[in-house]
Amino acid sequence: MHVPDGFLDAPTSVATGAVAAAGVAIALRRARDELDDRTAPMAGLVAAFVFAGQMINFPVGAGTSGHLMGGALAAVLVGPWAAVLCISVVLLVQALFMADGGVTALGTNVTLLALVGAGVGWLVFRGLQAVLPRHLAMVAPAAAIGALASVPVAATVFTGLFAMGGVAPVEVGTVLTAMLGWHTLIGVGEALITGLVVGSIVAVRPDLVYGARRLLAARELEIRTPASTPEVTA
Amino acid sequence: MGAGHGHRLHFHGHSAVHRAPAHLKIPALLAFVLVVVATPREWFAVYAVHLAVLLGVIAVSRVPLRYLAPRMVVEVPFVVFALLMPFVATGPRTEVLGLTVSEPGLLAGWALLAKGTLGVLASLTLAATTEPADVLRGLRRLRLPSLLVEIMGFMVRYLDVVTADLTRMLTAMRSRGVDPRSPRHWPVLARSLGSLFIRSYERGERVHLAMVSRGYTGELPDLADLGRGVPAHHHHAQAAS
Repeated sequence: MHVPDGFLDAPTSVATGAVAAAGVAIALRRARDELDDRTAPMAGLVAAFVFAGQMINFPVGAGTSGHLMGGALAAVLVGPWAAVLCISVVLLVQALFMADGGVTALGTNVTLLALVGAGVGWLVFRGLQAVLPRHLAMVAPAAAIGALASVPVAATVFTGLFAMGGVAPVEVGTVLTAMLGWHTLIGVGEALITGLVVGSIVAVRPDLVYGARRLLAARELEIRTPASTPEVTA
Repeated sequence: MGAGHGHRLHFHGHSAVHRAPAHLKIPALLAFVLVVVATPREWFAVYAVHLAVLLGVIAVSRVPLRYLAPRMVVEVPFVVFALLMPFVATGPRTEVLGLTVSEPGLLAGWALLAKGTLGVLASLTLAATTEPADVLRGLRRLRLPSLLVEIMGFMVRYLDVVTADLTRMLTAMRSRGVDPRSPRHWPVLARSLGSLFIRSYERGERVHLAMVSRGYTGELPDLADLGRGVPAHHHHAQAAS
């Protein structure tokens, strides 16, 4: 879903570039709250992780393959603003070093994958956390549903941009149907992987998962007394 | 793991294009692609001029086309889309090679193909002729927010380390009969990705502590030598500016 050069007309590309710049500017301020002075090294490493995760392709059907977008995953793991920075940097590196995604479409890609992808994933995740029981076991399912929602929403926003500045005379309805159908399928894959990855991290190091911090902070220190004489094991 | 941190696309050379400063090359790339994107699709001759300019730059850079061509595969999904365009688009129909296709769709497909290809080839030329450290320095000179440049610098520095970590995990999975691509084995893949995240995060923490112990206060003095060694006088010149 990396939009190439020439897919949207120049005015739309410039407009999405402005939106992306504004979003990243806000994220630059807010990410410091999430990662303090560790921001640069931590976000850099997480960006490298997201990039590595995107290298794994999985078959979607009809001979094509999709890969993880990682917006919702990054938002749950490191917080929404840091996630926006991570995904934006991944897209910047891919555009400048790998010619993956056009340089004039960078604003569009940042808007879709970083702002919409991570933003929607995070909002759905937080919304679900407010409703679901406050338990660590609920973090992974909530993250999965956040990821599930983020992909079709990003596809719908893309269709909106296409209706405004698309260069091809295809009916918007046709595009919307194709995009939504395809991306719901991709969203299911994204949801499964996101849920499983978050679940495996919550099981080992819940303290690293930004989305689980509130739950951990609410925990009280519990001192358990052994029921019987403890066996000493090496 | 201590291997070179150059990226896979760079083609070593000493041409004028290689030597041109990145803070000029990046805006030039952006301007070129913007002009291409804004060119009306019926101006076929102008596209030929665009291509000629680009091929001229590539010729000066002495990066062989044989090197760039296979790297253009990133474009393939959109080539498929462009080829599909004449069949799904609306508008008056016309006959091409015995197939009934949409006339505006044919034109749109051509435009997508031409603009996408020129964009990819131009970006590849930048990537092939510019070292990552130079791109970072150029972006900094172009006043990209320094935090963003720093994040990018760390990503580029550790990209090969993290992907090599993942490659070893995938090798370990395959040698135990797991196919990472198959949804049947996604739980295993997800656990590996989970541990890759923990490793990356903890590596970030160690890097941060190492930096703090060397006097880091939240702002890097100079990014010039991230990713490669730079002569001392150069370093001082940069730091002083």
